[in-house]
Amino acid sequence: MQTGLEDQLGLYQKRIPIFTRSVKGRFRRFKTSVLALAYAIYFLLPWLPWSRLDAPAQAVLFDLPGRRFLIFGLTVYPQDVIWLALLLFIAAILLFFVTGLVGRAFCGYFCFQTLWTDFFIWIEHKIQGERPARVRLYRQPWDREKVLKVGGTHALWMLASFWTGLTFVAYFTYAPQLVLDFFTAQAAAAAYITTGILTLSTYAAAGLMREQICTYVCPYGRFQSVMYEPETLAVHYDARRGEAAHGRAAARAGQRTLAERHEKGLGDCVDCGLCVQVCPVGIDIRDGLQYKCISCGLCIDACNTIMDSFEFPRGLIRYDSEKNLASAEPAAPKVQWKRLKTIGYGVALVLMSAYLVYSVATRGSFDRAVNQIRQPLYVVLSSGDIRNRYQIRITNKAAQDQTYVFSARGIPADALDLGNFREITIKPGHSGLVQASVRLSPAVAAKTQHFELIITPLGKPAEARSEKVRFDTPGKRQ
Amino acid sequence: MSEQKLQSQTVQTTGHAWDGDLQEYNNPLPVWWVYTFYATVIFAIVYWTIYPSWPFGKGWIGGVSNITYVNSEGETKTHSWNTRALLMEDMNKAAVAQKPYFDKVSAMSYEQIAKDPDMSGFILSSGKALFADNCAPCHQAGGQGVVGFFPNLTDDDWLYGGSFDTIHETLMGGRRGYMPTFSEVLSGEQIDQLANYVASLSGVDHDAGKAAAGEVLFHSETAACYYCHTNNGTGRKDMGAPNLTDNIWLWADVPAAGGAGGKVAAIRSVIANGLNKGVMPAWAGRLSPEQIKVLTVYVHELGGGQ
Repeated sequence: MQTGLEDQLGLYQKRIPIFTRSVKGRFRRFKTSVLALAYAIYFLLPWLPWSRLDAPAQAVLFDLPGRRFLIFGLTVYPQDVIWLALLLFIAAILLFFVTGLVGRAFCGYFCFQTLWTDFFIWIEHKIQGERPARVRLYRQPWDREKVLKVGGTHALWMLASFWTGLTFVAYFTYAPQLVLDFFTAQAAAAAYITTGILTLSTYAAAGLMREQICTYVCPYGRFQSVMYEPETLAVHYDARRGEAAHGRAAARAGQRTLAERHEKGLGDCVDCGLCVQVCPVGIDIRDGLQYKCISCGLCIDACNTIMDSFEFPRGLIRYDSEKNLASAEPAAPKVQWKRLKTIGYGVALVLMSAYLVYSVATRGSFDRAVNQIRQPLYVVLSSGDIRNRYQIRITNKAAQDQTYVFSARGIPADALDLGNFREITIKPGHSGLVQASVRLSPAVAAKTQHFELIITPLGKPAEARSEKVRFDTPGKRQ
Repeated sequence: MSEQKLQSQTVQTTGHAWDGDLQEYNNPLPVWWVYTFYATVIFAIVYWTIYPSWPFGKGWIGGVSNITYVNSEGETKTHSWNTRALLMEDMNKAAVAQKPYFDKVSAMSYEQIAKDPDMSGFILSSGKALFADNCAPCHQAGGQGVVGFFPNLTDDDWLYGGSFDTIHETLMGGRRGYMPTFSEVLSGEQIDQLANYVASLSGVDHDAGKAAAGEVLFHSETAACYYCHTNNGTGRKDMGAPNLTDNIWLWADVPAAGGAGGKVAAIRSVIANGLNKGVMPAWAGRLSPEQIKVLTVYVHELGGGQ
């Protein structure tokens, strides 16, 4: 007899609701500061004015129709995609570097999933009250109070999600105009679609799914695990101290002081469960390091509060390394960076960041491409001279009109002919095309394989750039 | 077998029985299939109302979806939705976008166009497309031509003159290059002498004795080469007679011919056989005046003009 499928357990576990208790302490303060800073930057940056001649006065504006990214005084063009690549590489290596040192610090303090969830929990806490009140409300039937409080929470979440989405869109167009257009139904369809998608995904991720994103969706949390080493600092429960010979026990009469507990062989953990109640991913850190832990440090704050109230030493739950915890006499935990991997990542970080800064600081004010015209490669003129032609494309990356002049090195002075354009003036962000030709006598041509074409912004000789170009002649070269 | 099945399953039959016990199960279509079918029916009806669908009389039912565009004359055209109208919409959008430039082209002089960086950029890109569509089959994509067939437009030698006006004239009216066949008038030896003389004009290896005799023939009434190529062999632009003294070869592929003998032989063959293939078609009427003006400037810039 086969039992019915309905008798078996479901493949998917239903989410167990988590009601986090608020806590005070160092890590909570740090998280709140990061949250405030990150939100201030994200939500206010699009509104920061910045005067520009040829673009809206917005400090950070990703002008997609104009194919340019305006970031304060810097204008980035699609040709500068190497910077983006470098930035992403730096971000990746930074993640590897930090994870090797102090574990999933990104997850716990900086990830937007963590930040938005934290903010949403804060809203929930403000409306529905502390953990016990929220648990009671959850179990309560759908009466007027529950409808009002839960409805109000969700409405505020939705509002926060909407503003998050709209702010994202504001990075791509002039923000004041966008907000005006948005509410008068005149904004672009893309603005409504993007805002809509982001509103819903923010609401779903930070309001409804929360830790499930970290546990089931996010790949970074998974692959950061393999970067842990025995020396890596992570949030650990000091089991040896907490459990001792006979395990944890509540602080009842007769086992309230450390001396009494040690005599009875009891650990320092009073089993108050506060570390579990404050955990945003709903785990018990005393079970050891586990994959769900985003290392936010809130259990450290919670435990320290309890330790202080019992006048036990702090640090039963603390940042420490597996290696240190396992040693016979654990030293004070400290960041251990003297490892080949960490140093390697550090060096790579410094080099790449230095190159990025160097590249941004010293980039030319214009882009140039000198293409030899290949149809035909060369022309024999009536005098027997040989002529090659070139097409020069210049893109002005500076913020104002610029005139460019051309000269050549490695060929006779009169060989370069620019036709009607000795110089060309190009508007900012625009490109200009110039046809150049070079005429050499057969004897000189036979000896000239390359020459240098120099493009100089008028009045800025320091920004001149030269380009090595080919010169082709009929027949074989000597 | 069927009995066994009937026993083990309780499926309705259609109620018919053939040959005594042959029955048919009444298995309805899956629900998802039926609803998908209904959905396709509804889709089809919606589609018919929006897009052209059924033939009707001599035309068809156009559907409510329209395509509206403004053409370069400023007229608004509306068609029921179809792919041709879509193409027309795109083409007219491009034409409307180009119109201000073409208007500028017809308003400006050649010199003004050539010296305006903005217009020059337009000429380079639109001229390239026009050249590729109309001129490149003979003159090749870069205007380099083919020796022996089509003139090279990128060198500094202009058969009919390299000013804007003469290039415009060439484009509008076309050209017809012609050189008579001399094999019936002159002996093989005379042609050889002439060929050596022509070679000597451009400094190609030749027999000095034959060239001297050729020089006499060149200026004589027998061959009368000087009629078209002038006394010193520099040619006449009013009739497109090439300059024989420069390093540019249009008909005889001298640069590619091997050795002194080969080079002279290439010239000899042109003199003996003459030419009747230098035909350039007239473009007036085929291209708009603005397009011809763009091409004039484009071709002028190819070889640097005169």
